[in-house]
Amino acid sequence: MTVEEDLVPDVGAVPVEALRVFGRTAPDATREEITAHLREAARAVRRRDIKMVRAAGLGHIGGEFSVIDILVTLYLHAMNVAPDRLDDPDRDRFILSKGHAAAALYTTLATAGFLPPEQLGTFMQPLSPLNGHPARTKIEAVEASTGPLGHGLPIAVGTAFAGKLDGSGRRTFVVVGDGELQEGSNWEALMTAGNHRLEHLCVVVDRNRLQQGAKVSDTNDLEPLADKLAAFGLEVVEVDGHDHGALVDAFAAVPAASGRPTAVIAHTHKGHPISFMSDNVAWHHKVPSEGQVDQALAELENS
Amino acid sequence: MTTLATSTLHDCRDAYVAELVQLAENDERIVAVVNDSVGSSKLAPFQEKFPDRLINVGIAEQDMVGVAAGLANGGKVPFVSAASCFLTARAMEQIKVDAAYSRHHMVLVGQSPGMAYGELGPTHHSIEDLAWLRAIPGLTIVVPADPEETAQAIRWAAQHDGPVFIRVSRMGVPAVNPNDYEFVAGKAVTLREGQDIAVVATGTVVSRALEAAELLAARGISARVLSMPTIKPLDEQALHAAATQTKGIVTVEEALTSGLGGAVAEYLAQHVPAPMRFVGVPDQFAPTGSVSWLLDHFGINAEGIAHAAADLLGV
Repeated sequence: MTVEEDLVPDVGAVPVEALRVFGRTAPDATREEITAHLREAARAVRRRDIKMVRAAGLGHIGGEFSVIDILVTLYLHAMNVAPDRLDDPDRDRFILSKGHAAAALYTTLATAGFLPPEQLGTFMQPLSPLNGHPARTKIEAVEASTGPLGHGLPIAVGTAFAGKLDGSGRRTFVVVGDGELQEGSNWEALMTAGNHRLEHLCVVVDRNRLQQGAKVSDTNDLEPLADKLAAFGLEVVEVDGHDHGALVDAFAAVPAASGRPTAVIAHTHKGHPISFMSDNVAWHHKVPSEGQVDQALAELENS
Repeated sequence: MTTLATSTLHDCRDAYVAELVQLAENDERIVAVVNDSVGSSKLAPFQEKFPDRLINVGIAEQDMVGVAAGLANGGKVPFVSAASCFLTARAMEQIKVDAAYSRHHMVLVGQSPGMAYGELGPTHHSIEDLAWLRAIPGLTIVVPADPEETAQAIRWAAQHDGPVFIRVSRMGVPAVNPNDYEFVAGKAVTLREGQDIAVVATGTVVSRALEAAELLAARGISARVLSMPTIKPLDEQALHAAATQTKGIVTVEEALTSGLGGAVAEYLAQHVPAPMRFVGVPDQFAPTGSVSWLLDHFGINAEGIAHAAADLLGV
C-alpha cells in the first residue's frame, strides 16, 4: 500500500475517546426503532473509523464507508452471534472477504461488544491484534483471515458446507467487494455454492463501482452482474446498501424459499456519505487531513 | 541386487485411504475435499462409505483449499487430496493464508509428487513442492517413505491441531521401516548406523539410500542412513549428531535439492558446518521418461548416492 507522505500524521495525534457500545437491536423493537438504532450505530462507527485511519495514517476509508451499513446491520441485528458465545458451533458466521476494510470491521465489532473499544486505539500499531487486514488468530470474533482478494467466498462456501453436514440452520454471510469479483476463485466458489444449493450462504456484494485505481466498469466490467449470479444458481436481491431497512429485509430472507444461496447486491458509494469522498476513486486508501476529519465529522452529524 | 530392490513394492495411496477410512469411521469430523481427484487419490472406498463427507469441488484448486479452511472453521477436519503439482502451485496463496496463517487444523495431501507422473512431463511433476512449502511459517511437512509410515503420518495429522502437508506417492516403494516402527513428527529415523558418512533421505527414495549404503559398505565405507520423514520441523538433534559423528552429509530426495537439501544445509551452515552433497533434481525441468528412468537419469539411485558420498569423502 502507498500513502502520500505528506498525509501521514503523527500516530496518536488524535486522542482516543470511548466508543459507545450499542449492542444488538432489541428483540421487540419496531421497524422504526431498528433502523434508527442501526443508523445511529453506523454514524458512530464512521466517526470512529475516520479517527482511527487518521491516527494510524493508514487504512482504506473509501471501501470502509461503503461497507459500514452492511456490517452494522449484520452484527447489530441480522446475525445470530453474541460476544459471550463465540464458541457456539451454531453461531452465524461472518467473513469480510474485502479484508482491506478491516478498520470498519474492527469498529463494528467494538460497537457490537465483540472487541474492547479501547483496543481500537492500537489499530496498526506494532504488535496490535488490529492488523491492517483481519486475522482470525489475533481476534476471536474474526472468523477468517483475509486480505488477498478472492479468499473469503471459498471459505464461506466451506463453512456453509460444514453447517449443511451438521444439519444446522446456521447461516454464513460473506462480504465481497465488486472489484474483488475479478478474482477467478470467487466464480469457482459460486459454482460450488449454486450446484450444492448451499441455501444458508449469503454473498453480499459491496457494489461501490470503484476499485483501487479506477471504475470497475473501466477496468474489467462485471455487468450483467445480477444475471451472472443468477446463472450460477443464486437467488439475487438488489438493495440500496446504505438503507438499513432494505438490508434488514434482505438478510431476513436468508435462507431463500427457493433453496438457493442468496446474493445481495448492495449498491453503495465509496466514501459514503462524505461529500468530498463519495464516489471519488482518490479515496481508496487516502488518509484525511485534520481539517478533512473535522469536515467529515460535521457532515456525519447531519447525515 | 539388494534385498530391498527385490522386495514387494507398495502404492502408498492404498495405506493412506485405508487409514483415512478407518479414522473417519471413528471421527465424524473427518471429511475429504478433492478436485475431481477421487480416482487419482484412490478415494473410492472413502466415497462409498461416506458419500456426504467427500466434497468434490471439481477442477478448482483455489476453491478446494478455501472450502477446506471453511470446513475447518465449521469444526470439520478436512483432508484435501489432490495432485501435488496442482494443489501446491495453483492454491499456494490459499495454503499460505487460509491454512498456515489461519493456523487451521487441515491436512493437505499432495498426491503423486516429485516425478511420479513420469512421462506426463514437468507440468505434472511436483519437484518444487518441498522448497515452496518449507518457506511457509507454521506448516508441518511430512514425506513418508513407506505404507506404514504413511498410515501413521495420516493418523498423526488427524489429531494434530494445525496445518499439515503430506506427500503420498503412487510410485511403488518397499517397506523400509522396522516392524515396531513408530512415526514421531519432527523425528528422523536411523535406519542404519555408520561413522564415515551420513545419508539423509526422505520419502520414496529412502530405499535407494539404503541400497547405496550397501554399495558403500562393499567399498569399506560405513554409511549412516537417516530417514527424514518430517522436512519441517527438521530433526536438528539427529542432524547435529550426524554432522559431528561423520565426515559429511549427503541429502537425497525426489525433488529439487532446495527441498530437504536446502533445509539441511541451512541448519548445518548455521550450527555445525559440514561438507555436503545434494542428490535430487537439479535446477532444470525433466526430459520425457518414466519416473524410474528419470530417477536414474538424475542419479537419484544407489549408484548416484554412493558416487556423491565417495566424492565427498574424496575416495
